[in-house]
Amino acid sequence: MKSIIKYISEIFKGVLTLLKGMRVTGKYFFSPRAIVTQQYPENRRKKGKKKLEMFERFKGELIMPHNENNQHKCTGCGICEMNCPNGTIEVLSVMNVGEDGKKKRALDKHIYRLSMCSFCALCVKTCPSQALAFSQEFEHAVFDRTKLIKILNKQGSTLMKGVE
Amino acid sequence: MDFSFNIYDLTSFTKWIDTSLYEYCAPFWAMMWEMIIIGVSILLFYAVIGLFLVYAERKVCAFMQNRVGPNRVGPYGFFQTIADLLKLLMKELIPIKKADKFLFNLAPFIVIIASFMAIAAIPFSKGLHAIDFNIGVFYVMAVSAMSVIGVLLAGWSSNNKYSLIGAMRSGAQIVSYELSVGLSLITMCVLAGSMQFSTIVEGQKDCWFIFSGHIPAFIAFVIFLIAATAETNRGPFDLAEAESELTAGYHTEYSGIKFAFFFLAEYMNMFIVASIAATVFWGGWMPFHVYGWTGFNNVMDFIPPFIWYIGKTFVIIWIMMWFKWTFPRLRIDQLLTLEWKYLLPINLINILLMALIVLLGWYF
Repeated sequence: MKSIIKYISEIFKGVLTLLKGMRVTGKYFFSPRAIVTQQYPENRRKKGKKKLEMFERFKGELIMPHNENNQHKCTGCGICEMNCPNGTIEVLSVMNVGEDGKKKRALDKHIYRLSMCSFCALCVKTCPSQALAFSQEFEHAVFDRTKLIKILNKQGSTLMKGVE
Repeated sequence: MDFSFNIYDLTSFTKWIDTSLYEYCAPFWAMMWEMIIIGVSILLFYAVIGLFLVYAERKVCAFMQNRVGPNRVGPYGFFQTIADLLKLLMKELIPIKKADKFLFNLAPFIVIIASFMAIAAIPFSKGLHAIDFNIGVFYVMAVSAMSVIGVLLAGWSSNNKYSLIGAMRSGAQIVSYELSVGLSLITMCVLAGSMQFSTIVEGQKDCWFIFSGHIPAFIAFVIFLIAATAETNRGPFDLAEAESELTAGYHTEYSGIKFAFFFLAEYMNMFIVASIAATVFWGGWMPFHVYGWTGFNNVMDFIPPFIWYIGKTFVIIWIMMWFKWTFPRLRIDQLLTLEWKYLLPINLINILLMALIVLLGWYF
């Protein structure tokens, strides 16, 4: 007798759990607002916004932030180059002789090859002076491969004061 | 006979075609012409419905998974399946070196012929019925179960272990679930007192069988839905083509249009079982009538019967899609447990209950 009750109650329990699952999908079916996928080329041009905004933590491409006086924080130490697993970064530095007669290393060119980057962010994490960052730009397609080699420091930029 | 086209009753239209053909041709050729006309129109219907069902499946699946689905080809992606069909038509048919060539090429045709034969006995509208057997329900069951031969042949002749395992699973599945489909339909035949589709539909004039047969009819309906889903190798019962285990099951080795045949046949089988369910349980092309409400019944009669039939069929197809995109796939032992330990005993008791209710006259 017990087994018969168990058999019947199992049927009802089974049907109930199946209905629970169907309730979830049924609700999704009838609520078009629940759609989470975005349609890419269309959502670039939304009203008010000019371009599709990515999240702040999104790793688009490596940049070197400059302030309004065209100054950056990179000292040209080459730690990012050493930490890069792909050989994406090449730091070309020059030796300058300062006013006090001491030799000082300074950045000449910070070369970044976007085509080789795996966006691991080891360079950003290990930079001792927080000179590097990731931008949210993600549309990298170009017609010429040489355009993927970028020089991050701007023309005529200098080291920010207070950064050693 | 004069030409007359009445969307609510196509009997006179089909009669008109019949008599005018017999007037102008010898009886043999008239019959031949009739067969050709019916064949071509059913083939066209078949193709259109198949294409639409693939599109509908992808859209329903997308909405249930919070996606948009096909949306690039045409408005709302409506022409996506036509583009897919063109792609499949142009693809190479890859010959398998060690396959049994004859059976390998024959298998998709058996599958598609089985579903094609079943569609002939389905009443689409009043008077729009290719052939009205007095054992219509039995015929459709027998013919639609034939598709498993095609599946088994495809699996065996491919000379591929995935195909063979998939085909064997499909065989085990159909052998078990054919019982449930048959018994649940027999339950309804007890209530209808006939196996002829036209009589079954006519019997639901005042009240659909799912309402007039109340409890046992509802149980039979649920069992039929489950068993039909299993029989068409769909939804949670798609062990025969379990993508994650068997690549594509019995049609792993097929490419191009031969694969498309299997694909189309699968969707058409779904359409056929849905239309049987709609006909036997929900009254087929019969509008929704409540006994005694003359005004309401007249309003319902205003909608053409073909629309009623298609609407009901698509509601049932939608329920089957709902199953597919909600439940996880069953294991083979769970599949057989469900059939032999649950559905079959419930079904047998249900037939007794229905017979009792019919004998005592406790139906509406």
